[in-house]
Amino acid sequence: MKSIVYLVIGIFFGMVMLKSEAASWFRIYEMFQFKSFHMYGIIGSALALGVVFIQLIKRFKIKTFNGEQIHFSDKNKSIYRYLFGGVVFGLGWALAGACPGPMFTLLGAGFLPIIIVIVGALLGTWIYGLLKDKLPH
Amino acid sequence: MDLINQPLPWYVAGPLIAITMLLLILVGKNFGMSSNLRTICTALGANKTCDFFCFDWKGQRWNLLVVFGAIIGGGIAFNYMSGGNAPEISQEIINELKTLGFESAGNSYLPVELFGKGVFSSVKGIFILLIGGILVGFGARYAGGCTSGHAISGLSNLQLPSLIAVIGFFIGGLAMVHLIFPLIF
Repeated sequence: MKSIVYLVIGIFFGMVMLKSEAASWFRIYEMFQFKSFHMYGIIGSALALGVVFIQLIKRFKIKTFNGEQIHFSDKNKSIYRYLFGGVVFGLGWALAGACPGPMFTLLGAGFLPIIIVIVGALLGTWIYGLLKDKLPH
Repeated sequence: MDLINQPLPWYVAGPLIAITMLLLILVGKNFGMSSNLRTICTALGANKTCDFFCFDWKGQRWNLLVVFGAIIGGGIAFNYMSGGNAPEISQEIINELKTLGFESAGNSYLPVELFGKGVFSSVKGIFILLIGGILVGFGARYAGGCTSGHAISGLSNLQLPSLIAVIGFFIGGLAMVHLIFPLIF
């Protein structure tokens, strides 16, 4: 039963990614050219509402549907990994025009060459795992 | 009825993404897509190569279901909700892309030059997509999250590390589009 819930949330998310054009290479290019408000509007409005949701959950100690406590763990403090990792991610995001959610959405839409991007992303994740201890974090 | 065939405006899409995050929190999980890449690596046997992949990947089954849903959702939106229409990007951007060799700008959802079937026989095309993917996968794990984990979940929880990561995303993206694109396209 719970499986269906996760699946439905994913379907909803995939539809939003494709229909909002956040999964379009052109929209990502346009964002990095500062030529359109579209992507900034999407991220900004998601964020504005997201901040409100999380504040409400914290303030009113809202529980999960199962009645469990909701914990938000703080991310480890550091600069290197977030900055360096972020820059590498940004280079790839602009080149492939897809981040890890939309690349799967595009697969569903039938753009088969996105498989090359997904294979690359798996390889990149694996390379990180191999090099992890040698990188500054 | 015509409404489902229209693209989603930003002020609808953004809140729907926030709702996706909220739903995942309310079922006791969190919104972060790139962890699935690590899970899939482990499921494919990467745990035999290094400790980073030694974890109980079946505990991440829920997130694999979310991503499987995202595949189905993409298929539904593309085939039944006119999801494949060309985004309305500005004429200025279209002209700019045409000078870079993207003749399909303004006519398709994704550039045919990179995502059309022909790319499978283009060494340069395969190379670009593969490198792009490697950078995304490597960077997301190095930074500990991607657009969903940092830009949406992390920033919504006012996490400074996520702000640093998002600034990194933009430094990388701007460098790619402004400095590297003129060299490769």
